[in-house]
Amino acid sequence: MARALINVPRKARRGEVIEIKTLVSHPMETGYRRDNVGNRIPRDIISRFACMYNGTEVFRADLFPAVAANPFLSFFTVATESGTLEFQWTDDHGNTQTASTSIEVE
Amino acid sequence: MSVLLETLCLRTLGALFLSALSLIAAPASGTEIPAAQKQSDYESMSPQTRAMQDDDSVNPGMFWVLDGEGLWRRMDGASNVACADCHTAESMRGVAARYPSFEVESKRLMDLQERINICRIRRQNATPFGYESRELLALSAFVAYQSRGVPIQITIDERLKPFFDAGRTLFEARQGQLNISCAQCHDDNWGKRMAGNIIPQAQPNGYPVYRLEWQELGSLQRRLRNCLIGMRAETYPYGAIDYIELELYMAWRANGLKIETLLYGRDVGAVN
Repeated sequence: MARALINVPRKARRGEVIEIKTLVSHPMETGYRRDNVGNRIPRDIISRFACMYNGTEVFRADLFPAVAANPFLSFFTVATESGTLEFQWTDDHGNTQTASTSIEVE
Repeated sequence: MSVLLETLCLRTLGALFLSALSLIAAPASGTEIPAAQKQSDYESMSPQTRAMQDDDSVNPGMFWVLDGEGLWRRMDGASNVACADCHTAESMRGVAARYPSFEVESKRLMDLQERINICRIRRQNATPFGYESRELLALSAFVAYQSRGVPIQITIDERLKPFFDAGRTLFEARQGQLNISCAQCHDDNWGKRMAGNIIPQAQPNGYPVYRLEWQELGSLQRRLRNCLIGMRAETYPYGAIDYIELELYMAWRANGLKIETLLYGRDVGAVN
């Protein structure tokens, strides 16, 4: 099952500001809803997102129950050198989903 | 002065009431939308919502398309065959533009979802997927996605005629506690606002749809169900022929509009 969609330019000029778009598949269950028989549906959300550029953290976000399912995050960074961008989504239980993509900087 | 104001207010209220009354009293059969004015529901969405649909890498509906691609290749059932063993994905191009369609073997009208399930039963010897299940939505999304850009082309022949007529009757019939028809909103008053939302033409060319309100993908039947609830009418069970007849009439009504699966759901609507 597909988990994450990442949109990063394949190539960039050194010093260029690039946009990174990430979309991850997750129910983002708030913990406030109840099922058909009145039992509380346990909270299950991604609470932290981080992006590492060649091992250095360039963006981090804390997420809360008000965020919709399949969270979409877009942000900017400066293309400094060729290498990999790694993405981490960590849920309430400490489980982490990861994805990575490479970028070529000229 | 205050008396005058009050009178004015009363008059305005009265006028509003009368215009509301005239909407209700108008003949239930709507005037069809002229071909030149036909437009996808995409046109009545906000620029922000359109931007989400325009870019596949940010449209969450793509998770279902990707899942569907996996299911397409997965061997399943007692026959242990995959969809991909019989069909190429390319051969699915244009299929969604021709559905609902008459299925010769069972001599029935079928929409794309049911057709997929028929293939599961007959060719894979597998159990059919449930309506609104992740699997059925994923496969329908994957198949419909292959037809992106293909104009809808529905021809009503002798076999389809009775289903088509039933669908049209249903579209134009007043129903529910609000006693209104689909046509009164979507033929006669599209483009106007209801509770702050633009009334779309209700075109079926982008389904399945990812709706913000649902936070997941849903079929056209689920969307129709929402409209029926909004009309305070009784809904049909999933898979009921009434939905499929309605889908057929709507598809014919949308002839010429291009398939744009996946529609990224409208802004939260009044009738949902």
